Amino acid sequence: MHFSFQNILFLLVAVAGFGLFFWQARKIRANILVGRDRDMSGNVNERLWKTLLVAFGQQKMFKRLTPALLHLVVYIGFIVINIEVIEILVDGIFGTHRFLQFLGPVYSALTATNELLGALVILAVAAFWWRRNVQGVRRFTGPEMRAWPRLDANVILYIEVILMLALFTMNAADLKLHGSALPGAFPISQFLTGLLPDSPAALHVLERVGWWAHIVGILLFLNYLPSSKHFHIILAFPNVYFSRLVPQGQFSNVESITHEVKAMMDPTYQVPAPATEPDGSAAAPTPFGAKDVDDLAWTNLLNAYSCTECGRCTSVCPANLTGKLLSPRKIMMDTRDRVEEKYNSPLIFSPNLYGKEAKHSEQEHLDKENHTLLRGYVTPEELWACTTCNACVEACPVNINPLESIVEMRRFLVLEESAAPNSLNVMFSNIENNGAPWAFSPSDRFNWADDLFLTEKGTSLAKQA
Amino acid sequence: MAEQTAKRQINVPMMADLAARGETPEVLFWVGCAGAFDDRYKRVTRAFVRILEHVGVKYAVLGMEETCTGDPAKRAGNEFLFQMQAMQNITTLNGYGIKKVVTACPHCFNTIKNEYPALGGEYEVIHHSTFLQQLINEGRVTAEGGESFKGRRITFHDSCYLGRANNIYEAPRAVLEVLDADLLEMKRCKTNGLCCGAGGAQMWKEPEPGKKDINIERAEEALATLDGNADVLRHLNGVESTAPALPAGSNHGGSVIAVACPFCMTMMADGVKNKEREQDVQVFDLAELIASAEGLNA
Repeated sequence: MHFSFQNILFLLVAVAGFGLFFWQARKIRANILVGRDRDMSGNVNERLWKTLLVAFGQQKMFKRLTPALLHLVVYIGFIVINIEVIEILVDGIFGTHRFLQFLGPVYSALTATNELLGALVILAVAAFWWRRNVQGVRRFTGPEMRAWPRLDANVILYIEVILMLALFTMNAADLKLHGSALPGAFPISQFLTGLLPDSPAALHVLERVGWWAHIVGILLFLNYLPSSKHFHIILAFPNVYFSRLVPQGQFSNVESITHEVKAMMDPTYQVPAPATEPDGSAAAPTPFGAKDVDDLAWTNLLNAYSCTECGRCTSVCPANLTGKLLSPRKIMMDTRDRVEEKYNSPLIFSPNLYGKEAKHSEQEHLDKENHTLLRGYVTPEELWACTTCNACVEACPVNINPLESIVEMRRFLVLEESAAPNSLNVMFSNIENNGAPWAFSPSDRFNWADDLFLTEKGTSLAKQA
Repeated sequence: MAEQTAKRQINVPMMADLAARGETPEVLFWVGCAGAFDDRYKRVTRAFVRILEHVGVKYAVLGMEETCTGDPAKRAGNEFLFQMQAMQNITTLNGYGIKKVVTACPHCFNTIKNEYPALGGEYEVIHHSTFLQQLINEGRVTAEGGESFKGRRITFHDSCYLGRANNIYEAPRAVLEVLDADLLEMKRCKTNGLCCGAGGAQMWKEPEPGKKDINIERAEEALATLDGNADVLRHLNGVESTAPALPAGSNHGGSVIAVACPFCMTMMADGVKNKEREQDVQVFDLAELIASAEGLNA
């Protein structure tokens, strides 16, 4: 093929597609960084190893075998078929035809693998669609799975099938056009050529249609990602990399409180000077805990953007299983919706209808004071149902930690609003007054040791000998 | 070869007394509020002390100097109260130069082990399940000479703050192994274990409105596991694979739900009671089972 109008058009389309994506990605990055600072540097080797196992290696997916295998097919298909995209880009810009053909037998192996994976991807996607729409797997339902999340999940599946069909159209037409002279091996397309017209002109058009549909489809899909739960294909990797390395039972320490407590216990303790703005004025004091998205750490917001709404967390949550309102997945979806509502929406089109239209009356919407992540989206009833059991954290295939966000919001309720359930306030005052969460007198603390006897085993004769 | 037995009274050593004599214990036994005040869990504390006395570990307790670790306050969001408690305990522990702490409460264990270091309290902290496992491995506890558990069905309920929170799954199971009982795993076990419903300060409040209490859900699973009731197991939520179930059978008295946490103890016992199965299913802590098998109960 020679350099032509098509190449210029392709270059423009490719630049526009990638440019638009980076523009959107920058906005999402800015959204994530409205979260509080948190130092996640260091331990590079341990973090890389974890990323390799959990993100690249899909380790936690394999807790559930069937979806893990289906997902693995699509995941490997995505990675391998993208090698073909490199070829498409080079062919598109320089007017070459199947430029990787110089690889010879390797090229044949590559195209054959692509074709087989493409067929498997279509089968896996069909199975996914079945599980979601016909079989009705429980975790794909729930109050937070409103119109948009349900549509989004299916749109992703449809796009993936269209991309694969474009690939096969291109290969089959190309194969029929060039016959055995075509470099590469096409184990699937060789059976499809019979379905195509015989006219070379029509075949040429079909090959071009398949080629353009594949690459334009990929660029459109790329720009759909920032609006979609499917963004996890990118953010899963940084999310796992930046996930916590400490034991899951270890909750974060609030350092500002440590200073206050130390000052109370030791009057000579020097509390560090409060933070200042760059211009020297005192910075606004940060509240204890989280009322809104910008009170959460940036990693909590990264969590929300990495969530693919699979519902494994919610399906193992003891509160949710027994009919309480709490759903860890909803906390993540709420967080993402709220950050996009409060800060500039990163979307070229804004499909996140789930938050406001679906949930809030006009009047509530005007209530700016209470229209925050806490109360505006997540109710105290949800937060107080959590047993902090870490089942959601353990279940997440990309190491999202909904528990951290829940505890931060509990901290705000208790420390800023004194809005704990009354029974918990009783527990707090018991600890303060008796040193125990129950109303027992501290002087009875050692009563358990009264009248304690041990049956002492005598030395047996055998042991003496 | 008849063993001669004798009863002796235990004077539980107080840390303040040891310090006054210039002695340091091998390990400090952190009793915890449930272990000190809850009538049911006091029996676990007493069983564990019997084991400590029996094997001759040099231990001590803080007695009235001990106070809540702050765990329930922290999980409920009251970081201020947590840190007040933590600092007070750290001052006490550091004052005695404590190096090693053992406790029968996974919540105290998690808090002291993971959350005290940031506030200046660094100790080697072990849960009593790990401690018992070590005693068994060293041959200091053999689980002989007392009650026999041979052939009885036991299922272990994982505590969240031992399991997922701190990755301790094998120690309690290794402890149960020596009982030579018929150990059964619930479908939701180890990393997939279902919470008893009491963590995160739920112990001190009524549950939010829902279809069911969490401890009932868990007790049903434990009872179905012990009964080999495949019907119940098949319909459990939150699991997609189906574990092989035992042949159905309902009357095989003396089954045990083993726990390693005071809150799990309360919740599981309440669940069993709710299901009206106290007659044939009992809830015991690991330390109670070992003390009983070792013949240490007076």
